Amino acid sequence: MRKLLFGLLGAFMLIGVGSFADSDTIRVSREGKLNSISTAIQQAKDGDVILISPGIYDEQEVVVDKSVSIIGIDYPVLEGAGKKHDVLIVKHDSVIINGLRIRNVQTDYIRDLSAINVQANHCIVENNRLDNTFFGIYLQKCRGNIVRNNIVEGEAKNEISSGNAVHLWYCQNTSVINNSFKNHRDGIYLEFSDSIEITNNVSEGNLRYGLHFMFSNHNVYSGNTFKSNGAGVAVMFSRHIIMKNNDFTSNWGSASYGLLLKEIYDGEITGNRFTSNTIGIYGESANRLIVADNDFERNGWALRILGSCADNTFTHNNFIGNSFDLGTNASQKTNVYKNNFWASYSGYDLNHDGVGDVPYKPVNLFSYLVERIPQSILLHRGMFIQVLNYAEKVAPIFTPEDLADNAPLMKKIKR
Amino acid sequence: MIKIENITKKFGRLDVLKGIDLEISPGKITAILGPNGSGKSTLIKSVLGMVIPDSGNISIDGVSVLGDWKYRNKISYLPQIASFPENLTVKNLIRMLKDIRQQPANESFLISLFKIEEFLDKRIKHLSGGTRQKVNLLLACMFNNPIIILDEPTTGLDPVSVVNLKNLIRQQKEEGTTIIFTTHIMSLVDDLADEIVFLLEGNIHYQGTKEQLKEKNKSKDLELAIANMLVEKKEIKLDSKPFRYVESLAI
Amino acid sequence: MWKVWQYSAYDLLRSRWTYIYFAFFLIVSFSLLRMSSSLMMAVVSLVNIVNILIPLIGTIFGAIYFYNSREFMELLISQPLKRRSLFLGHYLGLASSLAGSFLLGMGIPFVFFRIWQSDQFGNFLSLMFTGILLTFIFVGIAYLIALLNDNKVKGFGIAIVVWLFMVVLYDGLFILLLVAFEDYPLEKFSLAASFLNPVDLSRIFVMLKLDIAALMGYTGAVFSKFLGSSNGIFLSVALMLIWIFVPLLAYLRIARKKDF
Repeated sequence: MRKLLFGLLGAFMLIGVGSFADSDTIRVSREGKLNSISTAIQQAKDGDVILISPGIYDEQEVVVDKSVSIIGIDYPVLEGAGKKHDVLIVKHDSVIINGLRIRNVQTDYIRDLSAINVQANHCIVENNRLDNTFFGIYLQKCRGNIVRNNIVEGEAKNEISSGNAVHLWYCQNTSVINNSFKNHRDGIYLEFSDSIEITNNVSEGNLRYGLHFMFSNHNVYSGNTFKSNGAGVAVMFSRHIIMKNNDFTSNWGSASYGLLLKEIYDGEITGNRFTSNTIGIYGESANRLIVADNDFERNGWALRILGSCADNTFTHNNFIGNSFDLGTNASQKTNVYKNNFWASYSGYDLNHDGVGDVPYKPVNLFSYLVERIPQSILLHRGMFIQVLNYAEKVAPIFTPEDLADNAPLMKKIKR
Repeated sequence: MIKIENITKKFGRLDVLKGIDLEISPGKITAILGPNGSGKSTLIKSVLGMVIPDSGNISIDGVSVLGDWKYRNKISYLPQIASFPENLTVKNLIRMLKDIRQQPANESFLISLFKIEEFLDKRIKHLSGGTRQKVNLLLACMFNNPIIILDEPTTGLDPVSVVNLKNLIRQQKEEGTTIIFTTHIMSLVDDLADEIVFLLEGNIHYQGTKEQLKEKNKSKDLELAIANMLVEKKEIKLDSKPFRYVESLAI
Repeated sequence: MWKVWQYSAYDLLRSRWTYIYFAFFLIVSFSLLRMSSSLMMAVVSLVNIVNILIPLIGTIFGAIYFYNSREFMELLISQPLKRRSLFLGHYLGLASSLAGSFLLGMGIPFVFFRIWQSDQFGNFLSLMFTGILLTFIFVGIAYLIALLNDNKVKGFGIAIVVWLFMVVLYDGLFILLLVAFEDYPLEKFSLAASFLNPVDLSRIFVMLKLDIAALMGYTGAVFSKFLGSSNGIFLSVALMLIWIFVPLLAYLRIARKKDF
């Protein structure tokens, strides 16, 4: 966090210093004498502002190799159609790209072509609209950048021929804030990227994941909405991820998750809302996580925690109206469930301390059976299953004896 | 004319009718008698198509009726136990049967004859047994059909109604209707019947006019004549305790 | 046939049981709509009720009504009516009035909640549709059982056992087989098994659109695709119709030869 702040401060100072010196404003327009952005950059010096008037600019690869601010007026269009390269490449630190509309970046199966490719530090990419760009904003080997207030909408049809809205590769101290990502492969993809802050974005309708971490540590994402993606968020092979106050909604389908955890350690999942997902949280080799203060409502499985997960703590969550509260193939208890509110809890509270006197067992016989034989889900909500579940509850035989919340709450936790 | 040829019927292992040959003369009143289980109802029901005989033939006016249903237009039937949809009123039932049969009916005459005006709008389930039987009679007799079949018509009726019923049957006969009935009440047979058919264990034990029967058994009393006939038969077969079978007539 | 239908329906229209049945659905459907957190959850709960209760009421009430009407049917047999029209008309009388009570009892609260403006409208229609089909199926089965058994007690016993089998035990056997053969690919078996029982079929027909499909992973997607396709809908409706027609035809065939 501190690193990030210094980075930002540095970026502002550079810009500030530049403009104090003697910054010129260069105007580019289709009708004017200066009608090419590339030419404008060639003529500019560090610290200059390039203002671009509305119109369609059909240029070869625009390389930004000076620390200039490129600012579009009423969304001038940079056309990517028919080109075998990125539309805009930022190769110098402290560049600002603001208010552009970039569209139709070619799909390429060898190179990750993008609308805006950032290879320098302390840059700001903001207020842009990217339409049907193969990759939207592509940051590689850089740090201290800010991506904010952009709208990135793709037309992804399948995973192979589509790219990510924001792609971070070997980045540090980057902020991704207030953007909207739609219809890409992944909304945001991080690989080998650390200390990234992802805040208040909306990631919707992406084929694979709304947000995807690979080998990325010490990151924070909060206040984001992940809706109707293949899976809301996938966190894989990563450590120390903090996931706070996000909305995971309607990630619904035969292989869909709200949050997919795989090989991750030491994270925090707090204050999130999981609503109408096939699986709220799916965990495979997820360890030492704290899952607290979340709401799970109307999911197929609120939690599906495989036996390879250990030392996780689930506490103060609300579980309401899920088809199954917990699915697991574990035969023993390796995680802690405590002080949650389970709507299907039918126990009593004789001493009125708000904590139920009998343990709640979130794994019922049917969820155990479905875990073992997926086809048996066809009997879901049949009368036999209800009888069976009741019998198992009274005299457990199959479900893990100690897998229980020993202090379930009687009332829904108000947020 | 109703012609019954060699009818047989088994219920399970029980032979109920063992080859009945019978002609029922038109315009006459025929009483079918016999102890319980002798096959009276089965015979009647065969004619109505309610029981399907195992073999043999039944024809009315020369046309076979087996497997047909339109011939029932010519027959009125009074079942032994009648029950109706409980929530329908008497009026509903009258309309329903008229609807089904699509024939003219003289229900108003019978309604006043049996004095059931006040029950017309009552539901069947609220009627007494006797009144139900009256409704049953009304429904059976309100159509002018050439054949009337009555199964135990006097069950549950008060004496006045029995008299009315007898008059009704006589009147129908005068109009040329063929009437067949079963009963255990011998006085009714004496009063009404022209012909008597006596069934015993699935066979016709006796068929002829009432007079012939009395003459044959040298008795003026029909009841006694029939009892004699039964006893005679059983004595030959079992040669002991003749009166037991008189009791079993359930007269 | 229509005359017999008309009078048995009219008889039932004046029976308090028809109104109790109607009121039951009215109350249950209304209170579920009021209490459920969403329209979808209300529909889910009603799927349960429909799939358990309609078969139960269909079989039990079907048997009672048939036995109660036996003498009336005898009377009608002696009338100039074809046996087939008589028995079919009587069956249709009961099945249609039960279906009508269900349709109105369940439907009115939904109309009240403006179901046609909701995304659950399709599911609601499927639910109504399967409910009606189940009514016709189970009244037919009950009539067949009652016709075959002159002994009322035995007839009731068989009817209840059939209900229990279809609604509960069948699923139990299904699970036993699934567990016994879990090492084998079970997709086709489970699909066939769930298609053969009308209760399971109707439940899955509605639930696939609600949550089964998504809970089922890859197989669910295949099922959902299949059932959602016109072929799948055609096949499920065809199977439900077979479940109506086979018992009904058997019933009519036996009624044709039956002695009264």
